[in-house]
Amino acid sequence: MCGIAGLIYRDGTRNIGGEMTAMLQALKHRGPDSTGFAVYGEPGPNEYIMRFKVAEQEDLGGGTRIHRAIAERKAAVDGVLDEIGVTVLDRDGPTEYANRYRIAFDGDLKALADQVEEIEGTEILSIGNALELIKDLGDAADVSGAYELGGFRGTHGIGHTRMATESDVDIRSAHPYWAYPYNDIAVVHNGQITNYWLMRRQLEREGQRFVSNCDSELLAVYTAVNLEKGMTLEDSLQRSIGEIDGVFTYLITTRNELGMAKDTMAAKPMVLYEADDMVALASEEVAIRAIVPHEIDTTDPYDEEVRVWQA
Amino acid sequence: MAGVSGSVSTQMGMHTEPLTGRDIKTKFRLENEGGFAYHFARDVDFNRRAEIDCADIEPTEINRQIRELMDSGHGSIVLRNPGAKHSLIVGILNRMNIIVEGSLGYFGCGLLDGPNVRISGRVGWSFGENMMAGVCVVEKNAGSTFGAALRGGDLVCRGSVGSRTGIDQKGGTIIVGGDTGAFSGFMMQRGRIVVCGNAGKNLGDSMYDGTIYIGGGIQDLGVDAVPAELTDLDRAWLARKLAMYELLPAAGVDHFTKIVAGKQLWSYDNLEPTEKKLVL
Repeated sequence: MCGIAGLIYRDGTRNIGGEMTAMLQALKHRGPDSTGFAVYGEPGPNEYIMRFKVAEQEDLGGGTRIHRAIAERKAAVDGVLDEIGVTVLDRDGPTEYANRYRIAFDGDLKALADQVEEIEGTEILSIGNALELIKDLGDAADVSGAYELGGFRGTHGIGHTRMATESDVDIRSAHPYWAYPYNDIAVVHNGQITNYWLMRRQLEREGQRFVSNCDSELLAVYTAVNLEKGMTLEDSLQRSIGEIDGVFTYLITTRNELGMAKDTMAAKPMVLYEADDMVALASEEVAIRAIVPHEIDTTDPYDEEVRVWQA
Repeated sequence: MAGVSGSVSTQMGMHTEPLTGRDIKTKFRLENEGGFAYHFARDVDFNRRAEIDCADIEPTEINRQIRELMDSGHGSIVLRNPGAKHSLIVGILNRMNIIVEGSLGYFGCGLLDGPNVRISGRVGWSFGENMMAGVCVVEKNAGSTFGAALRGGDLVCRGSVGSRTGIDQKGGTIIVGGDTGAFSGFMMQRGRIVVCGNAGKNLGDSMYDGTIYIGGGIQDLGVDAVPAELTDLDRAWLARKLAMYELLPAAGVDHFTKIVAGKQLWSYDNLEPTEKKLVL
């Protein structure tokens, strides 16, 4: 059934990493397979944060050769970055297979992403000025602890606890999805998209890339294409209700926005809390109560409802 | 001459199929002392009051504590700091008072038969599911499938509710002070839904029977849901029922729209009483 949550502050930064961890841990029962975060910090001038992985967690149990392969893939990534003129300002490796690079680059992000992903076993999780996308197997506390998210300061974020139903239990199929190759856009989704293959083939014919067989990835690619065409986030969300078939409630973030859309049947839950300084959404109110313990007024958005909030 | 419906129902085995499960004839014999109560119903004193602080307790433990208090004769129980936890106050089969100071999560107050529940906050999805008797009043908003498969009693939300309110409703009354979402009254079979505000799309879709009253606008009607004339009896009932819960609009009830089943998809009116008992 999966759990999704979103949080945005209207008046500056907070401990988004810690608060998203608390929200997602409260939703653990909705999806114990994997947990993911897309959090937005303060963007550095002319800098990107690139999060990428060079193996799956389960690969580590496959013998000693994988460790050598991981080292070789990292070296290959460094080589590619050097070739295309990327300056790596800072390297961090929260786990053996997951990496966080702070880079300076003024070229084409798609070319950068494509060349890095040509390296075997390598997948870019996100590239953004403000966005950092972290996802791995385990619950929110495990993932947040491993990636040291507990003190991450930022303005907004979304997250997902996954119960795998139609694709594998691995990082590739975990949410959130980065809207490749667009800077600072991420999606989480609860539901099932029934015209996934039809729309995926159509988008692939137009040159879009998919890395998983998870239907939720479609929403990220679909949104990215719409935004590329000049659509606003709200317009894209609105259009998706008519074009995406199935049951869904999804959240999408850009550098300074958090958006939500619900399908025509309102089949998937979402509880919304709006205060003067913040907006919190989650599949269940217990997640909101994890960061707002006092009594609050919450609402359920209706069918076909679209909302967008600014940071 | 046997009617077509009789012939069809005989072929379907409805006339000979024995009724199974809990049955009013075996469980509620007049000659048995205490025969009007369930096996698990407690004899409680409404004047004995107790409180449970739910802050650091799991839902299972909260429900267990409620039962322990009922076993010891407490007939009024207050839940503090419920924190929107799920599945609280379920399966209570006797008259008693429960006051919730805060909000409940999903599946609150399911399978009730008799208690009087007051909730100061909001409730999540599937509140009051399968309730058979009693009264539940929610002061704030409610999630989707409010009163799903309700069989009896009054379920009241002073705020707005989500989608599919009263889905598969089999009796009782659902009252909403605000708006209701799409597919309200979906497949309802009996009972009444009263919404003082607006209703979303597909209102009363595929309803078999029952009555829906809407005080505001209706986005559109579902399949086989049709408007009907608001009679004096309807007005009197609406005014009395809404006044009971202090939800009677200042303008009265004349502006309410009454929706019933067109009975073009399926009509229970053609069934024998025993057959109705099987399907309803």
